[in-house]
Amino acid sequence: MSNNKKLSILLRGIIAENPVLILILGTCPSLAMSTSVISALSMGLAATVVLIGSNAVISALRHVIPDTVRIPCYIVIIAAFVTAVQMLLEAYLPSIYDMLGVYLALIVVNCIILGRAEMFARKNNVLDSIFDGLGMGIGFLVALVLIATVREVLGAGSFAGFEIPFISSFKIPILVKAPGGFLVYGIIIAVMNKLTEKRGGVKKKDFSCEGCPSAHLCTKTSCSELTELAAEALDTAIESKELEIENAEVKEDVENA
Amino acid sequence: MLKELVLILMAGVLVNNYVLQQFLGICPFLGVSKKFDQASGMGIAVTFVMLCATAVTWPLYLLLEYLKLEYLQTIVFILVIAALVQFVEIVLKRFIPALHKSLGVYLPLITTNCAVLGVTINNITDGYNFLESMISSLGVGLGFLLAMVLFAGVRSRIENCPSPKCFKGVPITLVAASIVALAFFGFAGVVENLLA
Repeated sequence: MSNNKKLSILLRGIIAENPVLILILGTCPSLAMSTSVISALSMGLAATVVLIGSNAVISALRHVIPDTVRIPCYIVIIAAFVTAVQMLLEAYLPSIYDMLGVYLALIVVNCIILGRAEMFARKNNVLDSIFDGLGMGIGFLVALVLIATVREVLGAGSFAGFEIPFISSFKIPILVKAPGGFLVYGIIIAVMNKLTEKRGGVKKKDFSCEGCPSAHLCTKTSCSELTELAAEALDTAIESKELEIENAEVKEDVENA
Repeated sequence: MLKELVLILMAGVLVNNYVLQQFLGICPFLGVSKKFDQASGMGIAVTFVMLCATAVTWPLYLLLEYLKLEYLQTIVFILVIAALVQFVEIVLKRFIPALHKSLGVYLPLITTNCAVLGVTINNITDGYNFLESMISSLGVGLGFLLAMVLFAGVRSRIENCPSPKCFKGVPITLVAASIVALAFFGFAGVVENLLA
């Protein structure tokens, strides 16, 4: 029973709640690091390590961290793991460190990691959180490699650096450049939509900030904006009504005169 | 000297546009670009925070270098940016309420914007001096603003167009972003020849 639950936590991140393809989180690294399969793999692995570590620590400290300052605390914990990964890669795999460049440091602000801390790790025990981190990390990795495979095979005519004989003479170089990233990502999400639609389980997809730590501020904003707009509309309506009444009165006065 | 500064500025705005060429700050680019007002407000707020963040993080890195603590860069920068955003919000609220009313709502969202952290880190990696860093941040911020405003215009058209069911929402927006990015692709090589 308990094993089943762990398995479902693990699988949820990979398929049903895939962070990149279903929840539309972590778009920046998935677009930037999917130019080749190798960089996608390294980015995915680095993020998975950080995700598992931060989920475990945040979950272990969930009764210690005060609720009001939790986001800064999470950021410090995540940044510590990112720094550790950075130093390890710089020391042992310098070529990958150079390839990931600034995006390695930017794992800190990856909304998948903060999102999992906010949505899962702070409410669940350590072991479940580790499985959730692993599942989400693998989901991120799989999605990244999928995008990268399409881009590298069609755009550079190779797979993980190895040239593919036939396709390499018909490559489309734009796909490995910036515009191709947006295009391939968009089409893959559209294909996912089509596939899930057939199974009947259509989920509403939007750039929802579900996993974003500032989401509550966001929605609050739109709510207050809506109220403001409504108040304005009401004001103008009252004003026009008053004007109408005034006009009518004036008309009556003129008629009486 | 002036020529170099102009080059850095133009490179940030057009050639190395953070959103469309380097994929930094995609979340706000796709999330807040539905309406023109919101897009321009977000763009201005991001530019403002980038300038403040660079003004603080550049001297701070000198201190870290002096103490031989360069490896703390990531932690220190993200904390400084988070604290700075809060501080700017409080100061604006207290002293310039009008500006706070127009920018305030966007400020908390910027803390986790990767473009802000990205530009501060890139300024250090590129070895810019203080003035060059500030100009580069200004350029990147203006580039972000430009991309947001342009894309808000494109997007308002898409919302009213019929598109295949599976492309509705996110996918069609990404395809449109791809075409806008393609347009920016044309700027590659412009800056080098601009002042030559």
